[in-house]
Amino acid sequence: MGPAFLLCAEGVPLQALTSALRQALHLLSSGDPALLEIVLLSLRVSVTAIAFAALVGIPLGCWLGLKRFVGRRLVVALLYTGMGFPPVVVGLFVYLLLSRNGILGPLNWPWLPRLFTPAAMIIAQVIIATPLISGFTMAAVMGVDPNLRLQLTSLGALPWQATWAILREARVGVIVSIVAGFGSVVSEVGAVMLVGGNIEGSTRVMTTAIVLETGKGNFDLALAMGMILLALTFMVNFVVLRVQGKAFD
Amino acid sequence: MADLIYQVDSLVKSYNGRQVLSVPALEVQRGEILGLVGPSGAGKSTFLRLLNFLEAPSAGRIAFAGRWFGQPDTLPLALRRRAVLVFQRPVLLSGSVFDNVAYGLRIRGCRNVRSTVEAVLARIGLLHLKRAASHTLSGGELQRVALARALVVEPEVLLLDEPTANLDPAHVRAIEAMIMETNQAAGTTVVIVTHNVFQARRLAQRVGLLVGGRLVEVAPAQEFFESPQTEEACAFVRGDMIY
Repeated sequence: MGPAFLLCAEGVPLQALTSALRQALHLLSSGDPALLEIVLLSLRVSVTAIAFAALVGIPLGCWLGLKRFVGRRLVVALLYTGMGFPPVVVGLFVYLLLSRNGILGPLNWPWLPRLFTPAAMIIAQVIIATPLISGFTMAAVMGVDPNLRLQLTSLGALPWQATWAILREARVGVIVSIVAGFGSVVSEVGAVMLVGGNIEGSTRVMTTAIVLETGKGNFDLALAMGMILLALTFMVNFVVLRVQGKAFD
Repeated sequence: MADLIYQVDSLVKSYNGRQVLSVPALEVQRGEILGLVGPSGAGKSTFLRLLNFLEAPSAGRIAFAGRWFGQPDTLPLALRRRAVLVFQRPVLLSGSVFDNVAYGLRIRGCRNVRSTVEAVLARIGLLHLKRAASHTLSGGELQRVALARALVVEPEVLLLDEPTANLDPAHVRAIEAMIMETNQAAGTTVVIVTHNVFQARRLAQRVGLLVGGRLVEVAPAQEFFESPQTEEACAFVRGDMIY
């Protein structure tokens, strides 16, 4: 038995891994069209989902952070539960919702996306990201001095002007909420696998591609995707740190 | 009656059933400086918030510029914007001193924000701190910025809640000079809450004493300090009132 039979824990020859790494770097540098397509779809789906989630989540978080009402604790508890939702469960829920024999599927509304389309994946990711964004926004808004609102009102601010100023004060937390939400949906695999179906050229995104290619033994493609995801995550964290750093300058 | 800016009628404020303020009647003349003195917890700050229509009274009503209001939300915006309250512990927006002072003008959609803000900053002696971040200010500078952001909108009524508490004499002098100047030059009505007898003496034309949420005595300053009518006012002026 020579050194060529040196094995990793999962039974993948180490040599195969290093050559896969080389090929992955080659794929990245050559701008492989199949790879590019998958990356672009990933970004399109997740960026769209985050835009919708922010549209709903930021006002919701702002409202929860500023208003005191009966049942607020319950809403916040539900929100925190939503922040920890397993994506695969969200995927299952959206699957049952959109499936032909499901809850909304049979209604055949023209604007309702069908299962196994990017739009269905966007719905699932919106459901995953909205509690995250509103939860972080709520925490950020609650961190602003509660006396500020009264003082701005005294200076002549209308309720919406005071709310806008408070949101501006909490902007670091709001930006972090958006970036964190993006980081979580772009790297999520369970929901997009279930409702997207990982169809080549139509609903295949980076995470589902990694699962598939790894299963097929195509480590080069899987690794290339993994590196891109890692780079994205790094950039996301870098942006968060930069924004947080700016606030303390 | 036209020269009354405020009239107070059987005003009561309670929190959770506990009465913190009861002012049966009070009139504030347009253009005067009214000092409100008294121990802490006497309801002075509450009274200012009610005069600024930031809180609803539990009972009674306040007339502002000749019109009676029971609930603050019936007050038209234009009228509400004619009075500004400077809080005891001002909270500034993050950002520069300039942005903080400009806030009141920007929400009113004013023009010439830059020149107006710079003029006020120059008057209050903070022009050199125009670009400074608000969180880098000292306590005295913070209070002056808080006064500047109120004065910049040229209010008819300036409500001040302990504007110089815990400040060193230089800042106290600057703030008091600014208050006097605003009152004399622009005819701004000033209601100043202070627990400092000497400050009330220096600034106020009339003085009211609040004790335990009740307005015990109101009199022209000289009268109040030289021949107080009530036992509480005597004790307060002598310095015997422990607070």
